[in-house]
Amino acid sequence: MGLKEKGVGFLDKITARAGYVNNWITVREADTSPDYGVLPYERGIIDHINFGVINLDKPPGPTSHEVVAWIKRMFNIERAGHGGTLEPWVY
Amino acid sequence: MIVQLHEVVERGRVESVVEYFKGRIYQRPPLRSSVKRSIRVKNIYEIEVLDYQDKFLMLRVLCDPGTYMRKLAHDMGLILGVGAHMRELRRTRTGPFREDETLVTLQEVGEALYLWRSSGDERYLRRVIQPVEVSTVHLPKILVLDTAVDAVAHGANLAAPGVAQLTRNVEPGKPVAIYTLKGELVALGKSLKSADEIARMDKGLVAETTRVVMPRGVYPRTWKTKSGSGLR
Repeated sequence: MGLKEKGVGFLDKITARAGYVNNWITVREADTSPDYGVLPYERGIIDHINFGVINLDKPPGPTSHEVVAWIKRMFNIERAGHGGTLEPWVY
Repeated sequence: MIVQLHEVVERGRVESVVEYFKGRIYQRPPLRSSVKRSIRVKNIYEIEVLDYQDKFLMLRVLCDPGTYMRKLAHDMGLILGVGAHMRELRRTRTGPFREDETLVTLQEVGEALYLWRSSGDERYLRRVIQPVEVSTVHLPKILVLDTAVDAVAHGANLAAPGVAQLTRNVEPGKPVAIYTLKGELVALGKSLKSADEIARMDKGLVAETTRVVMPRGVYPRTWKTKSGSGLR
């Protein structure tokens, strides 16, 4: 299987897992070079952390802001944020 | 959400008032609010009584983003004529995230991180953290050619020749997620055209880049610069 098939396959898999579907229209046939970039599920652990999200079960009490600050401290990272109150953290 | 009514009301009346809030509602943002306080129209797509005991009412609500639940509880109290306020709220879904096997506690995050740092075992950390792409699965998608990636990573708008494939739900004015052919998220944008239009275009802009995720220089830069123009 080519890199593109793996990439599209990955997107289709995570899309289906969340209950959505991708109906693709191919406009230009092309593959992607193995020389740069990486399949999202093959990122090294540091990149996986930096380009990751956590579906976090925030307890009532601390604010989203506070929890983001804790996560930053725990991981020793500068960039983190949150969206929605089901609290996905985007680094 | 758990709503506390200020007096006991007969169940039938509660249910009919809950039903009344289905569909379009009008809300003015609260006094202490960071947004403009003009009346907003919001949709309540689903609202269901999960439990009603004594003065406590447990509701499941599917609504537009930015709908004030506290206001909804208060307004129910007004219509019932007894007053009410929100006691508890839990978000059970937002975009593609829900309370499923991916939901983790802060404790689990801490333990997975500790395990990785102390023993080098990253398997648990990889279970706790998901690739960023997961947060965009609910959006219409455009995959771009390798040659177009770095321009978008620099914040450029996406032009038609860079498009490799896209989903049919791409619509003008709506958000779109831009990926590489490996499935890496490059940026978020706003589509300028419909999927069919984009498929037929061979020049011109197709999407405005609003938020870049991929760092610059991961993919090779392919556009020309005038050397010595000093505009770089």
